[in-house]
Amino acid sequence: MTALLETRGVWQRFGGLVANSDVSISVGRGEIVGLIGPNGAGKSTLFNLIAGVLPPTQGTIWFDGVDVTHMPAAERCVRGVGRTFQVVKSFETMTVIDNVIVGALVRTTVMREARRKAHEVLEFTGLAARADVLASDLVPAEKRRLEVARALATEPKLLLLDEVLTGLTPTEAQTGVDLVRKVRETGVTVLMVEHVMEIVMPLVDRAIVLDLGKVLVEGKPSDVVRDPKVISAYLGDRHAQSA
Amino acid sequence: MDKNFAARRRRDLFVAAALAVIAALAPLFVKDVYVQNILILTLMYAALSQSWNILSGYCGQISLGHALYFGLGAYTTALLFMKFGVLPWFGMLAGGTLSALIAMGLGYLCFRLRGHYFVIATIVIAEITLLLFHNWDWAGAALGIDIPVRGDSWLKFQFTRSKLPYFYFALVLACVAWFVTWWLEDSKWGFWWRAVKDNPEAAESLGVVVFNSKMGAAAVSAFLVAVGGSFYAQFVSYIDPESVMGFQFSLLMALPAVLGGIGTLWGPVLGAAILIPLTELTRSFIGGSGRGVDLIVYGTLIVLISLALPRGLVSLFSSRKGAAR
Repeated sequence: MTALLETRGVWQRFGGLVANSDVSISVGRGEIVGLIGPNGAGKSTLFNLIAGVLPPTQGTIWFDGVDVTHMPAAERCVRGVGRTFQVVKSFETMTVIDNVIVGALVRTTVMREARRKAHEVLEFTGLAARADVLASDLVPAEKRRLEVARALATEPKLLLLDEVLTGLTPTEAQTGVDLVRKVRETGVTVLMVEHVMEIVMPLVDRAIVLDLGKVLVEGKPSDVVRDPKVISAYLGDRHAQSA
Repeated sequence: MDKNFAARRRRDLFVAAALAVIAALAPLFVKDVYVQNILILTLMYAALSQSWNILSGYCGQISLGHALYFGLGAYTTALLFMKFGVLPWFGMLAGGTLSALIAMGLGYLCFRLRGHYFVIATIVIAEITLLLFHNWDWAGAALGIDIPVRGDSWLKFQFTRSKLPYFYFALVLACVAWFVTWWLEDSKWGFWWRAVKDNPEAAESLGVVVFNSKMGAAAVSAFLVAVGGSFYAQFVSYIDPESVMGFQFSLLMALPAVLGGIGTLWGPVLGAAILIPLTELTRSFIGGSGRGVDLIVYGTLIVLISLALPRGLVSLFSSRKGAAR
């Protein structure tokens, strides 16, 4: 079986800055893959390329057997790519349920059906009690969950999570982890960018470490965290030797 | 929750029907032609503002150039009738369709612009068209068009003896604009528009085709405004560029919605019901003397209301969440 998502030799240059150089990764169906790396490693750029915010300078991106390199974001969503944003982008003047209905309308144009689906997703993500509240009135942790709920309403095959667990209290983060597991159990593949290593590592099946725009190491989380190259990327060479 | 939602939609519909019936009965009590005139204008601006609200309120693409579509509606109807004898009813449809097409053409060029740049583009395009009409001899140029009077008839949509037919048409137009908004509000389009207004990037990630959403909103909005323009041409029976395409129309379409509550179902109705009589009354009572006193009063009121209720007058009535945007 082919991978659900594959990037082949992807480059992204912003003027003289090379944000991604020759990145080839693949994500299998049903996996939870963590995309990690220090600041400026090119995680967010790669993430945006996969989501379709901009096309790569060079290389191709394949989703579900189709070349989506130049496909606009909206069309990728129809094909089954759902995403959240690192800086939350709720529809602030709309209620929580209405936010989610926008996502549900990708699969149906019947309002009653979209509304039912939205309620179902809110139930699933634990936001049901907040359905009629304006998105602008949510606390940050709830806004993050709304991002996930909205994306889930589009019934994605691949869910891209951009630092959904960053900046949360330990309890909130744990709720988030449980939610991601639940999402995977429904058959959705998850690719997540994260900073908080101790939370992500037990969650993901596989970790891909980016550094300076390149894939540094790829493998099981437990191996990755012990890899001298990873430690040196995060903490500098001195620490790598003592490990 | 769903029940609440459905009940709210039904209540809106019921209130609108009740208001329409009350309005329809108004001429039984209002015999004064001057007051009837104010009522007609109020209904017309309620319709226009409601239509403007679709593109600018729901979809968030603020246009200050809708006078363009108003004028196109008026001119299309008048010219077709005068030059080719086409009945105003067909002229109305032609004007609406032409405006919708032009709105999409302009949208194709301008929807890449964001925020203030888009607003400026709408103003400039309307002003350019105004100048073109000023100099277009076939269309009467600056002198305008005197619509030939062929006697009272519904067929030709001309009435010289009574204003009541115009009143009922304006009422129907206001109802149609309201109903279209009501219907679209709970549709894929309505949701897409609001999503585009709030955050285009997030909307795109959820499968919303932002460009098409804006085009749809522009077409519906322009069509309805042009029908309003056609009506106005018949109502005043004389048009010139300044009196149907002037910048003041763009403002008078935007103000009721802004004041009443932009992007809301009831905002334009409420705003028009307050603003238009106020405009007319201040003009007739204190307008003659010092030229401009009426505008000072009018302007002051707008400033005060915007300061006290930035989300519009509907926020006074509604405690329901999400109603006032």
